[in-house]
Amino acid sequence: MTAGSLNQRSRVGEWLLFYTLSVIGALVLSAILVEATGGDWRPVVSALLDGSLRRPGRWGETLGTAAPMLLVAIGTIISSKAGLINIGQEGQLFVGAAFATYFGFLIGGPGPINVVFILIFGAIGGALWAGVAALLKYWRGVPEVLSTLLLVSVGGQVVAYGLSKTWILLAPLADRGNRNQVSTQLAKNNRLPRPEIFGNEVPFAVLIGVILAVIVSLALSRTVWGFKLRMLGRNPRAAQRSGVAQTRYGAGALMLSGGFAGLAGAAMLAGGGFAFGNYQLVPGFATNIGWTGLLVALVAREKALVAIPVAFVFAGLRTGSSFVGATGVEGRITDVIQGLLVLALLIPPAVMFIRDRKRAEALATDRV
Amino acid sequence: MSGFLQAIGDILSSESTYINGALFAAFLAFAATGEWVAERAGTLNISVEGMLLSGAFTSAVGYDITESVAIALVLGMVGGLIVAVVQAEMSHRLTADQFVVGLTLNILVFGLAGFLDNELEPSTKLAERWAIPLLSDLPLVGRALFDQRWPFYTLYPLIVFTWWLVFRTRWGLELRSVGENPQSADVSGIDVNKRRRQSIYYAGATSGLGGAFLVFGQVGLFEDSIVGGRGFIAIAAVIFGGWTLRGTIAGCVIFAGALSFRLSIQGLGYEVNSELLQSLPFLVTLIGMAIFAHRVRAPTALAQPFVRGLK
Repeated sequence: MTAGSLNQRSRVGEWLLFYTLSVIGALVLSAILVEATGGDWRPVVSALLDGSLRRPGRWGETLGTAAPMLLVAIGTIISSKAGLINIGQEGQLFVGAAFATYFGFLIGGPGPINVVFILIFGAIGGALWAGVAALLKYWRGVPEVLSTLLLVSVGGQVVAYGLSKTWILLAPLADRGNRNQVSTQLAKNNRLPRPEIFGNEVPFAVLIGVILAVIVSLALSRTVWGFKLRMLGRNPRAAQRSGVAQTRYGAGALMLSGGFAGLAGAAMLAGGGFAFGNYQLVPGFATNIGWTGLLVALVAREKALVAIPVAFVFAGLRTGSSFVGATGVEGRITDVIQGLLVLALLIPPAVMFIRDRKRAEALATDRV
Repeated sequence: MSGFLQAIGDILSSESTYINGALFAAFLAFAATGEWVAERAGTLNISVEGMLLSGAFTSAVGYDITESVAIALVLGMVGGLIVAVVQAEMSHRLTADQFVVGLTLNILVFGLAGFLDNELEPSTKLAERWAIPLLSDLPLVGRALFDQRWPFYTLYPLIVFTWWLVFRTRWGLELRSVGENPQSADVSGIDVNKRRRQSIYYAGATSGLGGAFLVFGQVGLFEDSIVGGRGFIAIAAVIFGGWTLRGTIAGCVIFAGALSFRLSIQGLGYEVNSELLQSLPFLVTLIGMAIFAHRVRAPTALAQPFVRGLK
């Protein structure tokens, strides 16, 4: 009994040690890269902190950027629990935002109710776009890794087409001035509220994201549905034999994950703010939020609650990057830091897995 | 309708369609050939995109320093290999999920290439054009296949060599066995994960060469959007081709046809909606896979990690 708890404690220690070492390793590598290209890493760190937290209004901005990333990540966690690799969130988000725009204006109900409709249609749009990949997978056997990804480009172009035709998404001439390919701005009462807290505007989407993270986390760990999904992810054949229809649960998980990405798109549209334009749809609206949300999910390792702080860190890197340019170092260093961090965080669990197996093997040999 | 047929006829009889098509197909084929080897060994590394970009970048930097296209091509292979080593070590020594590693690598390489490109700004140019006598005079396809910049011609021996390697050497036999039945391969004394790592190195080298070809044989300069998602089309070509080398190359040609069609139809002055046209290669890839992915048999252990004692 004591031995067991001791073992447990040393395991936690090992985890902490491994994770700290990898994060430090990634940061040191990034610093070396900055130094090697003739920069200085200290002002870069300072600029990152200024841009993400310290300057007035910046942490609200970071929270606002984190919200859609978190939503995308939650969706990704659902599909990866079911053993599916959805990497098309960027497209699902954009298509979701387009659906939200189109139906938001089509229905045009009174203020708050229409905001709800916008969010719901965003989710539906994203789910349908992921549904195409689900259909291709379960009907035609196309791997979802590729189809979701190829659909990103297709989705981008389809929405861009919609934005070039007035009868679909393009704003009438009076509303867009000389600009091409923009939708009409959402009316004031069709936007998500942005209450001000301590001088920071905090978009309402943050609250939606956190609540959904809690719900999804509980649903995955405590409900029959979550159990079936996990079973499908761990061993599809066993799941099928015990009555979990692969097609239904798999397609459902994929569409749900697309739905979350679409919801993120709708929340960006209705949430507005400095980061996401002017409550209107333009080409390139998704601005890599889908990709970053996917990274958040990878780092959070299938835990929706862990995704909350991770999304905040990644959002901080993004909001901070706009301040890095002033230090003379290329702002895209934040992309590198992000990639290195994710890569570094993949190492500890893998190393632990191998160590555990080696130990188990040694134990087994002893017994023989 | 007759206008449409006329357009198709014009495109099919225009030499530039074939020249562009050959360039696109060659670029895809460099990556797809290596990826095919890796997939026959049971790994599905989606880091091909990153390998291509990395190869393109290191070759551009290499040329900037040495001013020799040949050395730049070799450095391109090294660039692809670096990504491959990270992918292979992490997914087939440390047993991290291969998709997750590949995806992360793609994003990391994209960031790194963008960052370093802005810092270093390597200057490059197109390689020399070599026309092969007689063959290049063939109608329609002559110039496309035999009057290209010289890095293009590395593709022909590469394909032959790859076929020989996989089907005529012991290494190739072991490689295929590892992709079909890793448990049996392991029992008969083959180091499964080592073979898989080697297959990924091979994919890295050919993709790196493909990236270098893109810079010196087709575009002439480096930018971070140069690959633009075509690494994934190369993976799709392998699946489309049913995991045979012939089929893979055929897939490259068909998908490249869609890319080239898009350029030609605008070049010949036909009015087609440009947004829809831009998504055409991706649509053709999706439709192609929807038709063929079902009918072919994948290597049995494709994308399944191997850990001794676990099945």
